[in-house]
Amino acid sequence: MTTDLQTEPGPRAPGSPPALEVRGLVKHYPGVKALDGVDLVVRQHEVLGLAGENGAGKSTLLKALVGLVRPDAGEIWVRGERVRLRSVVDAADHGLGMVFQEQSLVPNLTAAENIVLGSEGPGVRRGIYRWGTMRRLAQEQLDKIGSHIDPLARTDSLSFADRQMVEIAKVLRIEERTAHPPVIILDEPTSVLESKEIDTLFTQVRRLREFASVVFVSHRLDEVLDVCDRVAVLRGGKSVGEVLAADAAPAELHRMMIGATGSEDHYHDGAAERSGEPRRPRLVVRGLTGKTFRDVDLDVHAGEIVGIVGVHGSGREDVCRALFGAEATVAGEVVLDGRKLDLSGTRAACAAGVGYVPAERKTEGMVGPMSVADNMTLTKQHARCSGPLVRPGKQATLVDTWIERLSIRTPHRGTAIQRLSGGNQQKVVLARWLVAGDVRLLLLDHPTRGLDVGARSEVYRLMRELANSGVATVLLADSLEEAIGMSDRIVVMSDGRATKEVAAPAGAKPTPLDLVKEMV
Amino acid sequence: MSLRDAGPPIALVVVFGIFAVLSPDFRTISNVQNVLDAAAVLAVVTCGISFVLMTGSIDLSAPGIMGASAITVALLVANNRNDNDLGLIGVAVAVLLAAALGCLSGLALVVLKVPSFMATLGVSAVGLGVATLLFAGVQPNITDPMLEGWAVERFLGLARLTWIAVACVLLGWLVQRYSRLGRYAFAIGGAEEVLALSGVRVAPYKVAVFTMAGAFYGLAGVLVTSQLGAGLVQAGRGYDFSAITAAVVGGTLLTGGRGGILHSAVGVLLVTVLTNGLVQVGVSPYWQGGVQGLIVVAAVAAAVIPQRRRNQVTK
Repeated sequence: MTTDLQTEPGPRAPGSPPALEVRGLVKHYPGVKALDGVDLVVRQHEVLGLAGENGAGKSTLLKALVGLVRPDAGEIWVRGERVRLRSVVDAADHGLGMVFQEQSLVPNLTAAENIVLGSEGPGVRRGIYRWGTMRRLAQEQLDKIGSHIDPLARTDSLSFADRQMVEIAKVLRIEERTAHPPVIILDEPTSVLESKEIDTLFTQVRRLREFASVVFVSHRLDEVLDVCDRVAVLRGGKSVGEVLAADAAPAELHRMMIGATGSEDHYHDGAAERSGEPRRPRLVVRGLTGKTFRDVDLDVHAGEIVGIVGVHGSGREDVCRALFGAEATVAGEVVLDGRKLDLSGTRAACAAGVGYVPAERKTEGMVGPMSVADNMTLTKQHARCSGPLVRPGKQATLVDTWIERLSIRTPHRGTAIQRLSGGNQQKVVLARWLVAGDVRLLLLDHPTRGLDVGARSEVYRLMRELANSGVATVLLADSLEEAIGMSDRIVVMSDGRATKEVAAPAGAKPTPLDLVKEMV
Repeated sequence: MSLRDAGPPIALVVVFGIFAVLSPDFRTISNVQNVLDAAAVLAVVTCGISFVLMTGSIDLSAPGIMGASAITVALLVANNRNDNDLGLIGVAVAVLLAAALGCLSGLALVVLKVPSFMATLGVSAVGLGVATLLFAGVQPNITDPMLEGWAVERFLGLARLTWIAVACVLLGWLVQRYSRLGRYAFAIGGAEEVLALSGVRVAPYKVAVFTMAGAFYGLAGVLVTSQLGAGLVQAGRGYDFSAITAAVVGGTLLTGGRGGILHSAVGVLLVTVLTNGLVQVGVSPYWQGGVQGLIVVAAVAAAVIPQRRRNQVTK
C-alpha cells in the first residue's frame, strides 16, 4: 500500500483529494438539531483536531463518520468519492475507523481476538480457531504501534492504557480492507490517561500520521494544539472555523468554541441575589470517603450554587451520589442544617430534604411511560396520597400548579413524560423535588445534558429562583462554561480529592483555563 | 487461576472428603463408579446449556426436547411397537430432531425477539407435545441390543454411556476453546454490542448455540431411553433445573461471559456427589429437591457478590 499513488504527493500537496470530506451534514433528533450543516476536510497524513463544547455535535458527527448515525442531509466524501455509510463495516471498507471513548473491547476475550474480531481472515479456518495465526496477526498490528502487550492476555487483565493500545491496533486492521491510507478517529482518548500515558499516546498519534490521517477529539485544548496540525471548531452543530495549530493559542480556540453567547446574560446572572450579609452554611461535608473519593470537604450555604468540576474519573459524580445515599461511603460526616445527614440510603436523604437530579434522565431521572403527574409526585407520595390511597383530585391541583409555575409545555398532566421534549422532561424531574416544598439541598448532576439552548436557559432560570429561595445547590455542570456561569463558588476535584476552591461571583468569574490548570 | 475459578473444584474435593469420612459406603470404588454413571446424563445436558448460559441467555427447553428425542429414538430402533430397526441411524434422527427444536428456540429469540426464557419454555412444551403424540398411549419398549448395552456394558469400570458423556464434555471443551462458535458465544455474553460494532452478525451464532444445545439434549434423551429400556415422555423431567444448578454451581454466570464446559463438568460432579452422598449418610431422598433448590440460590448469591451495589435493579 505504500506504493499507492495518492500517498506520494506528500501531506499537503495541492490537487490530491482530501482523505475525508464532509459537506453540509445535518442530523435532527426530536427537539434538537445535533448537526446543522457541518463541513469538514481531513487531508491525507494530517492530524485534525476537533473541538467544541458538549452539545456542539462532535459525537454525532463522529458517529456519522463510522456509519452509526445516518445523517438526514449532507454528503460524505472519501478520497474524492461520495460514500454512503450504513454500518461500521461499510465505514471500515472505506478506511474509516474509530477508537471509541467508551472502550469497545470484549473484556473476556484475549487481546488478539479483540484485534482481529469480525475480520479474522486466516486466523479462523472453517470455523476453527488457529491460535498461532491469530497471535501472529495480532502481533503484526501491535508491532505497527510498537506495543509490547502479550496478544494472548485476557483483555480485562490489561491496564486502561494498554487496552487503548489494543483498540488502536484493532482499528488499524481496517488497513487490510482498503488499499488506501485509513482515517483513524480518536474520540477523547486522553480523558482517563495519566500524563505519562498521554505522552505515549501522542507518540502513537504522530506515528499514525505516517500511514494514516487522524481525527483527534479532546476536551483539553492545549493537548489538541499540541498534537494536531489543524483544529476545526464546532458550535451548535455548525462548523464555525478552523485554525492552524502552530499559530493558535488555547484562549483563541476557546473563544471560537463558546462564540458570542458568553456576552449575553445566558446564565441569568442578573437574577442572582447579592446580599452582602454572610449566609449560614446549609451543607457541611467533612472527610467524606468512598470507593472513588477521599477526604472530601465541602460547604454549601443557603442560596448558594457550588459547582464541582473535574475530569472523567475525578470522582465528582460519586460524591454527588453519596450525598444522596446512592453510593456507599466508608468515612466522613455530612451535616445538613445542623443535623447529621443519614447516608444509608436514598429514602433517608429524601426525608431530610435532599433532592437529586441524575445525569441519565431517561434511565434514572424519570419513568418514561408514566404520566407527568405521576412522575412529579413520585418521591413525595404524601403530596398526592392520604394514607395508602391516591387522591386524584389532590394530585391534579398540585401538579397543575407546578406545570403552570414552571411553564412546562405538556398537553395534559396525564401525558406520558416520554412524549415531552427534553427540556420539559427535565423541568418535571426538577419539580419532583419542589412539590413537597421542603427541599433544602439540591444535587444536580448534568441537569442540562442533551438540552438545546432555549431549554438550558429555562433550567438556569429555575436554578436561580431556587437558589434565591434559599435552596443550597451542588452543580455538576455539563461544561466548564456552565459551571463558571452558574456557580457562586467552584470546587475542583482531581483523583477523588477536592484539590482547590475558586470563588466565582458575578463580575469576577475565573476563566476556563484557570480551572483546567487545576483539573489535570 | 482466580479464586472464583478455583472455588468449585475445591468445594468438590471438600464435599467428597466429608462424605468419605462420614460414610464407609460412600468411599468404595463401586460407589464412585455409581456417582460417575449417575452424572452421565446430567453432564450431557449441561454441556448444551452451558453454551446458552455463556451467551447470557437461558434455556428451559431440555425436558421437552429430551422427551421428544426419547420417544423418537425408542420408535426408530428395534422396539415392541413397530418393525423399525434403524440402530445408530435412529439415534442420529432423534438428535437431529432435537437440534431442530433447539434451532426453533434460537429463531424465536433472534427473529421474533422473544426473550430466551419464554421462547425455550414454549419449545419445551412443543417437544412434550411431539412426544405425547408419538407416544400415543402405548409405551415403546426398546429391544435394540446396542442401545440397551450402552447402559449396562462397562468399559474400564464405567458404563458406555458414561464414556459418551466424557466424550461430550471433551467435544464441548474443544468447541469452546477452538471454534469461532464457542469463542463468539463467550464474547456475546461478555459484550454483545461490541461484536456488532466490530461488524459481526451475532444472530446466526445465537441460533447455532441453541441448535447445538438442542442436539446435546437430544443425545441426553437417547441416553435416558437406554437407561430405562423404554421411551418416556417424561424422560427429561427436572433436567432443566438440575443442569442450570450444575452450571451455576460450577461457576458459569447467569449473566453470561464467564465459566465454561469444564466449570460445568465440575458443577455436575458436585451436584451428583451431594445427591449420592446425602443418601449414603442417611438423609431421606425426600429432602433432596429442596436442598438442591437452596444450593442453586446460594451459589447464585455467592457469584453476584462482587457486583453488588446500592440501588441495584434485579429482575
